[in-house]
Amino acid sequence: MIRMVAPLLVFLGLIWLLLISLPTAEQRRQVASPLIGREVPNFTLPCLLEPDVIYSTADLRGQPFILNVWGSWCPSCVTEHPYITRMGREAGVPLVGLNWRDERDDALAWIRRFGDAWTMHMNDEEGFAAIDLGVYGAPETFLIDHRGVIRHKHIGPVDSSSYDDLLNRINEMRRDAGI
Amino acid sequence: MIAEFGQISLILALILAALLATVPLWGAYRNNQALMNLAPSLVVGHFVFLLAAFLALATSFLRHDFTVINVAINSNLLLPWYYRLVATWGSHEGSLLVWMLILGSWMLAVALLSRKVLPNYFMARVLAVMGMISVGFLLFTILTSNPFDRILPGPPDGQDLNPLLQDWAMIVHPPMLYMGYVGMSVAFAFAIAGLLSGRMQKEWVRWSRPWTLAAWAFLSAGIMLGSWWAYYELGWGGWWFWDPVENASFIPWLIATALIHAQAVTEKRGAFPAWTILLSIAAFSTVLLGAFIVRSGVLTSVHAFAVDPERGVFILSYMVLVTGAALALYAVRAPRVMTGQGFGYVSRESTLLINNVFMSVAAAMVILGTLYPLLIDLMGWGQISVGPPYFSVMFILMMIPIVALMPLGPFTRWGQDDLKRVFSPLTVSLITAVVVGTAIAALLGAFNVRAVTGWIGGLWLILGALAYLMHQKKAARRLRLTGGQTGMILAHAGVGVFVIGVAMVESMTYERTVRFAPGDTRELAGYTWHLEEIAPVKGKNWIATEGRFTVYRGDREITRLNPQQRLYHRGQQVMTQVSLQAGITRDLYIAMGEPLNDGTGAWSIRIQIHPFVRWIWFGAFMVTLGALVAASDQRYWKPYRATAEDAAGAQGAQPA
Repeated sequence: MIRMVAPLLVFLGLIWLLLISLPTAEQRRQVASPLIGREVPNFTLPCLLEPDVIYSTADLRGQPFILNVWGSWCPSCVTEHPYITRMGREAGVPLVGLNWRDERDDALAWIRRFGDAWTMHMNDEEGFAAIDLGVYGAPETFLIDHRGVIRHKHIGPVDSSSYDDLLNRINEMRRDAGI
Repeated sequence: MIAEFGQISLILALILAALLATVPLWGAYRNNQALMNLAPSLVVGHFVFLLAAFLALATSFLRHDFTVINVAINSNLLLPWYYRLVATWGSHEGSLLVWMLILGSWMLAVALLSRKVLPNYFMARVLAVMGMISVGFLLFTILTSNPFDRILPGPPDGQDLNPLLQDWAMIVHPPMLYMGYVGMSVAFAFAIAGLLSGRMQKEWVRWSRPWTLAAWAFLSAGIMLGSWWAYYELGWGGWWFWDPVENASFIPWLIATALIHAQAVTEKRGAFPAWTILLSIAAFSTVLLGAFIVRSGVLTSVHAFAVDPERGVFILSYMVLVTGAALALYAVRAPRVMTGQGFGYVSRESTLLINNVFMSVAAAMVILGTLYPLLIDLMGWGQISVGPPYFSVMFILMMIPIVALMPLGPFTRWGQDDLKRVFSPLTVSLITAVVVGTAIAALLGAFNVRAVTGWIGGLWLILGALAYLMHQKKAARRLRLTGGQTGMILAHAGVGVFVIGVAMVESMTYERTVRFAPGDTRELAGYTWHLEEIAPVKGKNWIATEGRFTVYRGDREITRLNPQQRLYHRGQQVMTQVSLQAGITRDLYIAMGEPLNDGTGAWSIRIQIHPFVRWIWFGAFMVTLGALVAASDQRYWKPYRATAEDAAGAQGAQPA
């Protein structure tokens, strides 16, 4: 009898494993970025507002900062915009907007319409910086500490449920940096 | 309007499937001919409505109906019509629809082709079990993944079909693979019908064999096409990555390989019938497991669908119902069918048993490797991914005994045999394989362990298959082989061709990333590579940077290759378009890397030479063809004659 029931028991064990793995799958995707804990790639990009001005990630060494990837073509970026605006006010660290694969005119029109939330703008028209960063969709938000290490990556729009967590992480980075 | 028509067709198909799942089964239980005879008509209706639903979705794609969400997400105005058709199965929802259409087609094929072969009560049960399977998939589609959902007002233009899927292999790969996946449900249904009928173990196995072989052939072909597509489309030049989704197709293949061999034993000798039933259940269950892995997002993979845990829960519940019920039925009924003849240590039975042990263990190890990251994560031991090192080592270990023993199998007699007798006709083949294999590897400059072993093993399989052919010829005076024998010879020789291909690719692939500026000429791997220019080109829905290469061997021009880096502007996606020249003994393979931005217009270029890589797919093609030839064996298609046993078989399901 045991021999006959054994396949059923093995099968039920497998189902149990799969069932309890389901809810954690989403979290695992969030964490599983190989860039977490690594140094932020060094890239140099023109400013979106004044194309003659050039910014580089190296300029930001010594202080924590937030890097928010967005585009005027991205509907979720509109959704998260109120939270990004609030983050710019409350975080107390530079908030860099990386405008990704966008037409400059469209991006400027977008800022005029929804407001400028960022303290610094980078224009990644070709998308090379985003490839270095491992961006696979907008919006994405990176938290980078004063040593230039990527501490956290938030995929998708920032919303009320993730905002507090992000702000806590930012405050932690500020404490580490002593500011 | 067309989408609503499709929606209604799906619901009607669901109703017919629900009737099919119950009425004929009740008829078989009460021995009511009229109710049993309803099954084939219900199958026809079920198929017609599924076809209508599929055509409705295809039409929505062809006519740019962006008010259908699925169309708006996976297609746009620039997409040429053939890719719009492919887009029908490019998404999770659409692929489910194709899945069900194929299920409907298998049911129709069984109802038509096995009409004379199967007794009424058995046909009714088989079709009813498949009807139950269809109910599950239809509910899944209608409740969680409706391809006909609308968005009003619709956007003026849609997004894009994933550019990786914009390729002709994508037109054939998914339907072929699904033919294999869904075909496993036929073997499953036969096994369940066999369990329900009791006693009939030998007959149902014979009836089931051609269907299992056909499904296995399609599965092999589908996997082969996927591997080929990955090779030239992903731009990495690999042919197998041990990715969870690939494993999801490989696990049922291994189980089904064991199954077709176990069926041979059960049909001919009545030995291990319970094992055959268990494998039939396992083959379809691992298909469902694969569907779960691909569609629930439980494992991350390069080609998973857009994921949704809710779908995962649905598939899991469905698996519990289907496999759980089947295994419970097995636990209750199998003791009754457990009667087999004994056999000696050296016998056809034991060679096939060895095959089964290795195939099943290999399948178990692939399952373990695929699910291991889940287990580790669950135990809180961190996140790991099990990569090619584990799979390759494990797999080679499993395959060596299979390759070594495979040619012996066909020469072995049923019941009891003598090792010396079995081996004597193969002595010449073995010696030739060792000598010639070593010589060829040495001549090709591939004198390493993997290549030499591969050549010896591959030739041993091919010559072993030929030796069997000669042996049969001598025994029968003239060459008359059954479909089963011809298929077996073809398939076993095909494995030999495959083994040679794998061994050469794995040991001798040449790969370099080189800087090329326009006008550069370089000598690499015995060829002269000249980059004439780098130019922009424009396609229907993409723009690209194209490198124009000419390859020379000595002074002779061999080919011109034009790899591209494409930008699909709608999806803003970068895609590498490989350029390759195929050859019997080697493929020349060029892919564009990145621009070096050093002011000279130079790019990094990936150059690869894959020796004997075509042999991998050609071998797999021979295996596929062999299985189809075997499925056509006349023995399987003899009309059924009612006997006294018939009535007893029908009564087998009556409560005692």
